[in-house]
Amino acid sequence: MAKEIERAGIPVAHVCSIITISQTVGANRIVPAIAIPHPLGNPRLPPEEEKELRRNLLKKALAALQTPIEEQTVFS
Amino acid sequence: MAEASRSRKYRVVHYVNQFFGGVGGEEKANIEPFTIQGPQGPGRLLEKLFREEKADVDIVATVVCGDSYFADHQETVLRDLIPVIRGYDPDLVVAGPAFNAGRYGMACGAICRSLEPLGTPAITAMYKENPGLDQYRKTVLIVESSNTVSGMEDAARKMVRLGIKRLRGEEIESPKTEGCFEQGIRKNYFHEEPAYRRAIDMLLRKINEDPFQTEYPIPFFDRVEPRPALPDLKGVTIALVTSGGIVPTGNPDHIESSSASKYGKYPLDGLETLESKTHQSAHGGYDNTYANEDPNRVLPIDMMRTLEKELGFKPHRYYYATVGNGTSVDNAKKFAKEIAVELIRDGVQAVILTST
Repeated sequence: MAKEIERAGIPVAHVCSIITISQTVGANRIVPAIAIPHPLGNPRLPPEEEKELRRNLLKKALAALQTPIEEQTVFS
Repeated sequence: MAEASRSRKYRVVHYVNQFFGGVGGEEKANIEPFTIQGPQGPGRLLEKLFREEKADVDIVATVVCGDSYFADHQETVLRDLIPVIRGYDPDLVVAGPAFNAGRYGMACGAICRSLEPLGTPAITAMYKENPGLDQYRKTVLIVESSNTVSGMEDAARKMVRLGIKRLRGEEIESPKTEGCFEQGIRKNYFHEEPAYRRAIDMLLRKINEDPFQTEYPIPFFDRVEPRPALPDLKGVTIALVTSGGIVPTGNPDHIESSSASKYGKYPLDGLETLESKTHQSAHGGYDNTYANEDPNRVLPIDMMRTLEKELGFKPHRYYYATVGNGTSVDNAKKFAKEIAVELIRDGVQAVILTST
């Protein structure tokens, strides 16, 4: 999906748990997430820390969208 | 001598996920690796088929690991498991079959790829759309299986035939003959017909619109050039799309928990956050406990709102969701094309896509 939306002309930041799958399917801006059942969270953290974690991941995705790239890039 | 080697006893180690290891379904996908003595689940079928083919094979151990645990800790799992597997002194390691289970396919591929350079032959099987295929096909012998477990017997038979060849050190024939995927290896051999004759024959068949088969398929890499970066976030409309299956409670569009045939479009107007009362996960490929508890963990609406205020972008009024669990590539493409048409029409300039 990341690739097809990008093909249509919209830049995509793919926040995902399994980076290798994202690379295989052809996403261009890849942001590694936390874990499969909670990519943008961590139930083991206290609520405030978990929100901070999510905020940072989302900021990373936004930064990825603002970064010019020539090829598939992992923003870790 | 040949007879003696044929009658020898072979030791095989089998790798399976938590499901085929008999531990449980998705709720057990986080289970750490462990070992069972002897065959388990599909290993019993493999052992039976090996013996039917007159190969004296014992599955000495079954190594089990949860799919999510493997995916989340691949390096440490491999570091720990490879010596355990090799400790059984196996003549062959069989992983899977993984069918169309993505994490499982990736795990099977990773195990086989780690073992081969150490001199332990290893084979696996998966469906042609399993993401593990593209990742590992060049380095691992992968038998083609169906996409669901209904093709177990057929996959097991092909694995056994290939496995016996590897046990006996026999030559592996063309991928088509062996029922596996091409590895991209070119083998030279003498053809009885000279090339010019084959070329002319092929050309004539093509002109006559008869079926013909190329001798050298051109590899096809489908890549899309990265779009230019956003110069500034201020005033930009950004849409959220997820394959993590976050839908309004009750799953009003009945998006399937696996092999999804549709996607949903849901409003975000007036929503400051997602709550367990209003939204849930419809995804059948991961343990939904954490996503149901707080759907923002998959679709981060709460932080989109916070960052909207801080950075001045505009979250799109709708989000799109489907379930990425054994979903066919054709369906995923179709969903994305339709979604993209709407997004462009609605002036969306960037997408954040979240996947579990």
